[in-house]
Amino acid sequence: MDLTNYFEIAAMILFGIGLTLLLLNRNMIKKIIGFSMTDSAIFLYLAAKGYISGRKAPIVTDGITAAEAYVNPIPSGLVLTGIVVSVAGSAVLLALTVRLYRMYHTLDLDEITDKARKGGR
Amino acid sequence: MARRLDPKGQSLYARFLRYLSEGDDRLDREVMHAVDAPPAQPAAETVKAPELPARVPEAVVRRHTRAARIFYLVAAALMAAGISLLLILTTTDLPSFGDDGNPVNNEVVRRYLEDGMRETGSVNLVTGMILDYRAFDTLGESNVLFTAACAVMILLRAGNREERIEIEADERMENRNQDPILQTVTRLLVPLILMFGCYVILNGHLSPGGGFSGGAVLGAAMILYLNAFGSGSAGRFMTLAVHRAVTVTALSFYALSKAYSFFTGANHLPSVITPGTPGNLFSAGLIPYLNICVGLVVCFTMYAFFALFRKGDI
Repeated sequence: MDLTNYFEIAAMILFGIGLTLLLLNRNMIKKIIGFSMTDSAIFLYLAAKGYISGRKAPIVTDGITAAEAYVNPIPSGLVLTGIVVSVAGSAVLLALTVRLYRMYHTLDLDEITDKARKGGR
Repeated sequence: MARRLDPKGQSLYARFLRYLSEGDDRLDREVMHAVDAPPAQPAAETVKAPELPARVPEAVVRRHTRAARIFYLVAAALMAAGISLLLILTTTDLPSFGDDGNPVNNEVVRRYLEDGMRETGSVNLVTGMILDYRAFDTLGESNVLFTAACAVMILLRAGNREERIEIEADERMENRNQDPILQTVTRLLVPLILMFGCYVILNGHLSPGGGFSGGAVLGAAMILYLNAFGSGSAGRFMTLAVHRAVTVTALSFYALSKAYSFFTGANHLPSVITPGTPGNLFSAGLIPYLNICVGLVVCFTMYAFFALFRKGDI
């Protein structure tokens, strides 16, 4: 039992908050906010995994190319990829929500389901 | 089941099926019509429909839905709490934070750090990694952005005339009370922000930054300009044709310039493009040019997202 992984614990708490929002809130916009929070939690987790204490960012300074001088560059690259994909995903989700709102004039997912089932608006 | 609950085929799923079977632009027209049509008419038709007695009685449906909703709420709360607890418990068993001997710090990392600058010519090892060793990954990522911009455009572009007229009326109202403070500050700041964005993109292989962050900065400058001066001024240089030409050219250049890997057996070593002297502006092989491509795609996509959400068109 190791309770010193603060960053990882914080990331998992954030993930839990995001997941709860995603599952329990009926408002579409708040669901999307929850979705973005789970994304951010995963980025925090990955970035924390790549850190090695006492080392520098992986940009070669003074020609030192020893592996012992820099932190792990792979999680940084993965997070870079992830942030962009998360932005794109959020944009598509929000656009779909705008469409749904124009059609049903509500953001409540239950009301939308009801109205869609009845075939009206 | 679906047919009985949805006799007129108005649900999204039914429309999607029709769209698939007919294969033309009917979906869009239908959505437009549904938005435009007066709300009372379809409801009256549903009441008059002859297959009404075959439907499940309203009260039964409502009771079942309420039970299902309560079950869903309880199950969702339990699941969210359970997954969160499980994840937090798992983190206590992970290797400790910041330790050199963690299993993630393996021989791949050693290779990237020790040979990365010599092999890619990039001083910024992260840039060298994502635009040389893993360039296809980044190409896919730029394509994700492009696809997302296309999807948002399909969903939000104002299709019919009434919508467009309404948006233009909004726009005129907005332009009348423009803020002189915002405009002056924008006039001062936008060139600086654009310059900073170009600096971040062009030095992506030398210092922190690169195509993604620099592109986001450039996009922010353009969004600021759009907000201050309205889409009349911004639309003079940012049209749909410009957006399409720039993003497609950038993505094609990226794809073609990385295609040489296929001809050299996916092995970058015998390439005619040399890494150059690490630390120079013109070095690191193709990385600066790929950074410019990625930056342009990111910048235009950010602007497109904002413009589409703001006024339904670029």
